[in-house]
Amino acid sequence: MGVDTGAAPLGSARAEILQRIRAATGGVSNTEVARAGWTRLPREYRRAATREREAVLELLEDRLRDYDANVVRTGRDRVSAIVAKMLSERGKTRMVVPPGIPNEWLPVVVEFVVDEGLSAAELDRFDGVMTGSTMAIAQTGTVILQSVPGQGRRAVTLVPDYQLCVVCEEDVVETVPEAMARLQETAELPTTFFSGPSATADIEMTRIKGVHGPRYLDVVLVGSGI
Amino acid sequence: MSGSALDPKTAPVFPIAARTAMKDGQLRRNVRHATDVIQAKRARVVAEMPDWQELREAGKQIRQHTMENLDFYLEEFEANCTRAGGVVHWARDAAEARQIIVGLVKASGSDEVIKIKSMTTEEIQLNSALEAAGIHPYETDLAELIIQLGHDQPSHIVVPALHKNRQQIREIFQREMNLPKLGERPEDLADAARIFLREKFLRVKTGVSGANFLIAETGGVCIVESEGNGRMCLTLPETLIAVAGIDKVVPRFADLEVLFQLLPRSATGERMNPYNSIWTGVNAADGPRAFHVVLMDNARTEILADAEGRQTLNCIRCGACQNACPVYRQTGGHAYGSVYAGPIGAILTPQLQEMHHAQSLPYASSLCGACYEVCPVKINIPEVLIHLRNKVVKQNGPLNVEAFAMKMMGMIFLSEHRFRAAQRMGRMAEAPLVRRDEKGEGWIGWLPGMLGGWTKVRDLQEMPQETFRDWWKKRGTHGS
Amino acid sequence: MRVALFITCYNDTLFPDTGKAVVRVLERLGHTVEFPAGQTCCGQMHWNTGYQSEALPLVKRFVEQFRGAEAVVVPSSSCVAMMRDHYPKMAAEIGDAALIAEVSQLLPRVFEFSEFLIKRLGVEDVGASYPHRVTYHASCHGLRNLGLGDGPVRLLKAVRGIDLVELNALEQCCGFGGTFAVKNADVSSAMLEEKTGAVLATGARVCTACDNSCLMHIQGALHRQKTGVKTLHLAEILAAQEGAEL
Repeated sequence: MGVDTGAAPLGSARAEILQRIRAATGGVSNTEVARAGWTRLPREYRRAATREREAVLELLEDRLRDYDANVVRTGRDRVSAIVAKMLSERGKTRMVVPPGIPNEWLPVVVEFVVDEGLSAAELDRFDGVMTGSTMAIAQTGTVILQSVPGQGRRAVTLVPDYQLCVVCEEDVVETVPEAMARLQETAELPTTFFSGPSATADIEMTRIKGVHGPRYLDVVLVGSGI
Repeated sequence: MSGSALDPKTAPVFPIAARTAMKDGQLRRNVRHATDVIQAKRARVVAEMPDWQELREAGKQIRQHTMENLDFYLEEFEANCTRAGGVVHWARDAAEARQIIVGLVKASGSDEVIKIKSMTTEEIQLNSALEAAGIHPYETDLAELIIQLGHDQPSHIVVPALHKNRQQIREIFQREMNLPKLGERPEDLADAARIFLREKFLRVKTGVSGANFLIAETGGVCIVESEGNGRMCLTLPETLIAVAGIDKVVPRFADLEVLFQLLPRSATGERMNPYNSIWTGVNAADGPRAFHVVLMDNARTEILADAEGRQTLNCIRCGACQNACPVYRQTGGHAYGSVYAGPIGAILTPQLQEMHHAQSLPYASSLCGACYEVCPVKINIPEVLIHLRNKVVKQNGPLNVEAFAMKMMGMIFLSEHRFRAAQRMGRMAEAPLVRRDEKGEGWIGWLPGMLGGWTKVRDLQEMPQETFRDWWKKRGTHGS
Repeated sequence: MRVALFITCYNDTLFPDTGKAVVRVLERLGHTVEFPAGQTCCGQMHWNTGYQSEALPLVKRFVEQFRGAEAVVVPSSSCVAMMRDHYPKMAAEIGDAALIAEVSQLLPRVFEFSEFLIKRLGVEDVGASYPHRVTYHASCHGLRNLGLGDGPVRLLKAVRGIDLVELNALEQCCGFGGTFAVKNADVSSAMLEEKTGAVLATGARVCTACDNSCLMHIQGALHRQKTGVKTLHLAEILAAQEGAEL
C-alpha cells in the first residue's frame, strides 16, 4: 500500500484474509471487473418522483406527523414569527444553534447561543436546538442533516432534548433514491438521517417516543413564496 | 440458559433446548406477541411499496456482486477509510478481533466503553474479553441494556430482549439501577434507561460499535438505529472502534438507496428507522478524534468458498426471517444456542463453526419457506438448510440407524419390484401395532424409537390393504 | 389429452383413494390417464433430509418413466416443488448433459393436480357435488414454491352444495416438514396444535389440502383428540358427486 495507516503492521491477517477471499471467489477482482459488474446490476425499482409537487409536500407533512413530529408550513418571511410561536408554546427560552444559521430565522425574544465547540455537558443544559437541513424525503418522513454551516456538528442536534428543524420546500424529494443521488456529491460529510424523534420498541414492541436523542421534534416547512 | 453466553460449541442440541424453552409459557407468550406485532407492521409498510420485489432483486444482486468482488471492495474501503483518517485493522478470527479491540481500548486510556448494539460483538463475546481486561462495557441499546443488567442473552437479531415483558424488565431495572419505586409503563422504563445512560454518554471517552454497512467507494461507515444511543456512542467519545464482518461492505454510496428501503421495513416495520448515521474517517470539527475499523473474517471466507452456502453472507441482519418462522415463534431465540437465532441462525451458525458444531440447527426447520418469502435480499434459506443437512449427513457417515434406513429406502425406490415388496412388508410389520377405533378403522397410537416422536400427539392410520398400483393393475384387467 | 399420473410413493402406499379420485376427475373431463408402472418416489425425503446420493438416482428414474408424457399430473404439491426447485440442480450435480436437457424439457409438463385443472386445462367447475362444511389448508410448498394462490379455493367454490369456511392463519405451516416431525417432535407438535385449533374453530367436518402429507399430520392429531373431523385430499372432494358420503 505504501501508506502508513498507523495500524498494526499490515501483516499476515490482511494478506491471509484477502488470499482466502481470492481462493474462494476464484481470482483477483479489480476496478474494471467490479465497475463493469456493478453497472450491470438490475435497478428496476422506482428511482424518481411519481407525485405532483404539492402532493409530495403533503406526504412529507403526513409522514412527519405519523412519527409524532409537529409540522408547520409557512412562507419565507414568516419563519422567525413561526419559530417564536412554536418555542413559546413549548416554553423554550434558551436554544443552541449551529454557526451559519440564517439570522432572519431567529426571533429576538428567545436567547440563541451559537455552538463554538460546546462540551456535551454544556449542550445538555440547553432547552433545545434549532437547525436548518440538507434535505427531506417525503415517502419516509425523513430529514437529513450534514456537518455544514446552519446544521452543525452531530452532537449539537443530539444531546438537547428538543429539536426545531427548518426544511425548505425546494429541498424536499419524494423517494429515497432521489435523496441519495443528491447526497452523492457530499457523501463523505458526517450525515444523519432522522425520521421522527428518537424512539424505541424494545419493550413489548410498544413504540415509545424518545430514549436518548431529542424526544420532541418540530419541523418548519418553508415555501419559496411569502 | 440465562447467564452463560450462547456458545454453539457447548449448547445442547436444538430439539433438547427447544423442549426446555417451550416449557416457559411466559417466554412463549412474549415471543408470540412481539413477532405478531412486527410481522403485522412489516406487512403494512411492505404493501405500500409497489416496487418491493424489484427492490428485493436489486438488494440480492448488490450483495451477490459484492461477495464476488469482495477482495476489491475491502481494499477499496480500506484505502478510502485510511485516506479519511480512519485506521483499518484485519482480524482472522474472533480471538484476534478481541485482542485488537482490547488493545485499542487500553491505548485510548479508558477503562470503560459505551457500546452500540452489535451482533458482531455478541458473536465474538467481546464483553467478557473486555471485562477480563479490566474494562467495563456499558450496553446502551435499551434491549441490550436489559440483557446486560439481567445477565441474560440476546434472543433476536433486532429486538434482543423480545423474550422479556414489561414486568420482567421492571424487576431487572429495579434491582440493578436501585429504583425500588420504578413503574412498569414502557415510558417509565425507557426514562429510567435514559437517565441511567446519559451520565455515561457524557463521561465515557471510548465507544465500540458494529456497522451496518461499510461503503467501499467513500470509506464511510453506516449505522442504522432507533434510539439515538448509537449517535451518542459514535459522536461523543474521543475514540471510536467499529468492528464489522468482512461481509458488511457495499460497493457504492448509491447502493444505500436500496438497503435503506429494504432494511427498516423488514426489520421493524418502519418506513425508515429513526436514525441513520454515515461518517467517513475522522472529521476535524465533528465527532471522535480517533476512528478504528476492525475487519473480521471469523469463518466468513469459509462460507464464501462454498458456492451454495455463500448466499448466507448476503444477510443484512433484519431479523424478518425470525419473526416469520413458525419454529422460532414456538421456541424463541435461546434454543438455537447462538446469538444468531431463527432461520438465518440455523444456516449461519453452523457455517461460522465450520460445521464442527451446531449440526442440529439445519434440521430446526420444517422447510415451510416463510423465511425466504420475507427475506429482503432473497436468501433462499430452505435451499441452504438442505445443503447443510447434506454436509451433516456426510459428516455422520453411514454407521447409524438413520443412514442405514435411508440407504435401504433408497435401494427400494430404485426398483418397482422391491417397492411393491416393501409395501407388503410394511403392512405386515405394522399389523401388531394397529388398534381398531370405535368406527372399526385401524390406527397406530404407538411407534418405537425415533418414530415415537410422531405418536406422542398423533395417531397414524393403518396402511390400506390395497395400494394404488394394485388397484390400477386390477382395473386394467377388469375395467373400472 | 393423455395424462400420465405420478401418484407418489406415499399416496400409492397410504392414500390410494386420492389416486383413484384423480383418475375419476380426469376421466370425467374426457382425458385418458396412464400410469407408468416403474414409478416410485421423487426423492424428496432423501433430498430434504440430506441424503443426496440416495436422492440423485431418482431423478433419472423419474425422467425414464415420464419422458414421453404429454402432461404429468401429481396429487402432491411438495413432490412437484421438489422436482421444480431441485431437479435441474440435481441433474447438474450428476453431470449428465442428456439428463440435464431432458429434465428441463420435462419439468414444464409436470403439474400439481389443482394447478393442472386451473392453469393447464382452464377448468374450475369439474362437476363435483359435496354438500358438507369444508375448510382448506394451504400447504407451504403449494402456497410458496408453486404459487397455487387461490386456485384450489376456486375449484372448491365451484363444488355444488359445499360450505367452504376459511381457515385462520392459512399461511402457517402445520409443522409436518417430513422428517422434521420426528426429529423435532416437540416443536412440530406445538405447530400442529395451532393448526388443529384453527381447523376446529371453523366448525368444518372436513379439512382438505393439495398434499396428503400435511393432511396425514393434521389427521393424526384430529384422530388422537377424537374430534370426529376428517381430512380429505382435494381430488377426493372434486371426485365426489351427488349422494356422496362424508
